[in-house]
Amino acid sequence: MDDKKQALLDLSNYIQDKFPDDIEAAELINGELVVVVNLPAIKKVAKFTRDDSNFMMKLCVDICGVDYPTREKRFDVVYNLLSMKHNLRIRLKVYTDEETQVPSLCEIWPTANWFEREAWDMYGIFFSNHPDLRRILTDYGFEGHPLRKDFPLTGFVEMRYDDNLRRCVYEPVKLTQDFRKFDFLSPWEGISSILPGDEKATYSNEGDE
Amino acid sequence: MAVSSLKVKDPTIKPLTINFGPQHPAAHGVLRMIMEMDGEVITRVDPHIGLLHRGTEKLIENKIYRQAVPYFDRLDYVAPVCQEHAFVLATEKLLNVDVPERGQYMRVMQSEIARIQNHLLNIPAYAIDVGAMTPMLWAFEEREKLMEFQEAVSGARLHMAYFRVGGVAQDMPVGLGDKINDWCDQFPKFIDDMETLLTDNRIFKQRSVDIGIISPDDALAWGCSGPTLRGSGFAWDLRKSQPYDVYDRMDFDIPVGKNGDCYSRYLVRVAEMRESLKIIKQCLRDMPEGAVMTTNNKVAQPKRGDIKRSMESLIHHFKHFTEGFHVPAGETYSVVEAPKGEFGVYLVSDGSNKPYRCKIRVPGFAHLQSMEHFCKGHMLADSVAILGGFDVVFGEIDR
Repeated sequence: MDDKKQALLDLSNYIQDKFPDDIEAAELINGELVVVVNLPAIKKVAKFTRDDSNFMMKLCVDICGVDYPTREKRFDVVYNLLSMKHNLRIRLKVYTDEETQVPSLCEIWPTANWFEREAWDMYGIFFSNHPDLRRILTDYGFEGHPLRKDFPLTGFVEMRYDDNLRRCVYEPVKLTQDFRKFDFLSPWEGISSILPGDEKATYSNEGDE
Repeated sequence: MAVSSLKVKDPTIKPLTINFGPQHPAAHGVLRMIMEMDGEVITRVDPHIGLLHRGTEKLIENKIYRQAVPYFDRLDYVAPVCQEHAFVLATEKLLNVDVPERGQYMRVMQSEIARIQNHLLNIPAYAIDVGAMTPMLWAFEEREKLMEFQEAVSGARLHMAYFRVGGVAQDMPVGLGDKINDWCDQFPKFIDDMETLLTDNRIFKQRSVDIGIISPDDALAWGCSGPTLRGSGFAWDLRKSQPYDVYDRMDFDIPVGKNGDCYSRYLVRVAEMRESLKIIKQCLRDMPEGAVMTTNNKVAQPKRGDIKRSMESLIHHFKHFTEGFHVPAGETYSVVEAPKGEFGVYLVSDGSNKPYRCKIRVPGFAHLQSMEHFCKGHMLADSVAILGGFDVVFGEIDR
């Protein structure tokens, strides 16, 4: 396993030397190399990882979004790459928001096509120069981006077949019982928010007493 | 490849657009394809997916880790435990939990049973797509026996929810090992019988040889994995190249196809069943005695009997099923070689008791999007063969 770690460390240094201005960070997380790339350079770096003999990332295994609504650039776009030649995996990451366009990698890996469509569908991440950026998993005419953290689990509309109209109708979601989300976090370790009306709350910063 | 030589240039003649599915027995589930035809030849395919979309990833983000496992059964419902395997491996990696040896053997054995189970559905389903009825009827009998083994360990025939973070739910009952061993002895006879129906069958070969040829370059560009990749001549198997659990101790071969056509993929799958039998037998032979679940009480749920007697266990049990365990912040991408290809889970944890993000990478998604590329220039009936050869299941593609 140590050889693998060493190989990834070498790759990390190598790519940082090659693109000193375009790599924001490169580190090993849980023994996996994560390279954060500047958004405009992603295409250049991706192509390099595919063709360079030290990388040979011929397979783009997965592209997905992650949402961090508190951040200024709220979305991560994560590219999981695999090199069969060197038996290594790396992960490229770029940061973006609702407005900023991410260059599409369809020309580099054709398989990026549907993965980017999915990221658009689920998060609303816009990919520029994508040949066919349509929704993919959600319903025809669906509105919103369901995997965003501010999208409710229950959604906004529900569909049923109307016997009188003889077609499917969409209606606002009506729940006889609200969706219950219990806060099971242990008060000894998990809780972060201060309870309302807790007069001892001011002490909480001074350690465990 | 059959390419129409008489391409009509007359702009007044429009290509015929046909709608394939979503309810069609050869669509392997709920796939809708819009096809543009030039006579009998396909010029464009646009698969519409998502008709089975259930929002699995969103649901998992709102549930504790323990509750996420059963969702994985419902992705690729043909070989459920392989999906669970990817998720528990990812969680264990973040938690840094070790699994006892017996638990690892148990997982490997169940994964291989699931692999045979998967191929027992895919091969005859593919055969039915190209016109052979009998293998389906035969294979379901064998599948039923495998489901009985799964029921014996987990209590459920289909959606087992058997793997746990830190091991498996329970040990197998006494005598099951012998039963599986006996089955392993008689199963090769079934494969031989099925092969007499298909492998040299003239019609079957006419329908599958040189159909949907995937060149090695195409296979990489379109992100193929599993039998589809091996059918194109790559000796790439994650069980060998990036082994997880006790696969590194198993002695088995990787079947590799030569031509990358549907027939190669069929042959690879048949050969894989025989290799899986080897692994199951080795598991049964080498499996040590001992626990199947980790002893880390913060991850493993207490035993039913202990709850009755020990206060500590009762508290643990309560916390396990309400709050669940916390996973240290971090991220990982863990993969397993599922029967259909590379199944991966990209898990991001923020240190709480629920996954922050759980992206599920399924092999069928990448395979299906290459349909247009590989169907172009083929006849309509061949598209069904190509689809069957990819082994798609919509539970996993639509998530």
